[in-house]
Amino acid sequence: MASQTAAVPFWRAAGMTYITYSNICANLVRNCLKEPHKTEALTREKVHFSLSKWTDGKPQKPTLRSDTPED
Amino acid sequence: MFRRATSLLARPIISSARARTRPFSTDLPATEAGDSNFIENWKKLIPNIDPPKTPLSFMQPRPPTPSSIPTKLTVNFVLPYASELASKEVDMIIIPATTGHMGVLPGHVATIAELKPGVMSVHEGNDTTKYFVSSGFAFIHANSFADVIAVEAVPLDHIDQSLVQKGLAEFTQKLSSASTDLEKAEAQIGVDVHSALNAALTG
Repeated sequence: MASQTAAVPFWRAAGMTYITYSNICANLVRNCLKEPHKTEALTREKVHFSLSKWTDGKPQKPTLRSDTPED
Repeated sequence: MFRRATSLLARPIISSARARTRPFSTDLPATEAGDSNFIENWKKLIPNIDPPKTPLSFMQPRPPTPSSIPTKLTVNFVLPYASELASKEVDMIIIPATTGHMGVLPGHVATIAELKPGVMSVHEGNDTTKYFVSSGFAFIHANSFADVIAVEAVPLDHIDQSLVQKGLAEFTQKLSSASTDLEKAEAQIGVDVHSALNAALTG
């Protein structure tokens, strides 16, 4: 059996989680696609969300973000 | 509302199988749909109302491990936005696991493999379909079912060679100029993914 402390992958050693790693890989692959597929993939992965911070039990002004998948 | 019903009902009733040790899930026989224990206990307490359906009764039981090795591997290849292959019977798949390219034949030992960016090929008779997988996991079950999940998978002819070369050059340059650990990790990931893409196109 391997020793108790398995070798961590380099991205985890640098403080990145698996999900971040996986999303970065997916984005890189999407950016390398040929034209019609590339725009399809990028539009498919766009996220739009509205974020509002709450203070004293009341929501403050929401910020609407349509981030491109890089973030 | 009924999700906790199983545990709530089980508490006041002292079940005889108190210290139930569970065998590994690969050794369990395919259980029949429905949680018979829950239904029995429900009927004892509330005989007039029909027992509610538990999530277990909606699930299809896992096909049992056949005693002889089946001739075909059933592959479910899924992406977050589409189901690329759904219960397709194939002869063999080669998956890009972090431990190297691994061939999976029917009767393969149950394995969970983390995938690295690389080419997955599905062999059916004389046809081979290749996909470039960005990352993901492959679960191979004892009954010759394989579930491959990936975030992004593209057929090789969707990849643009020139963008790959550009990306590789860019990330190699970023890697040498990176300062923080995180930047280095990101640049390293870029280099890995682009070299894998390159290898996929030229190999």
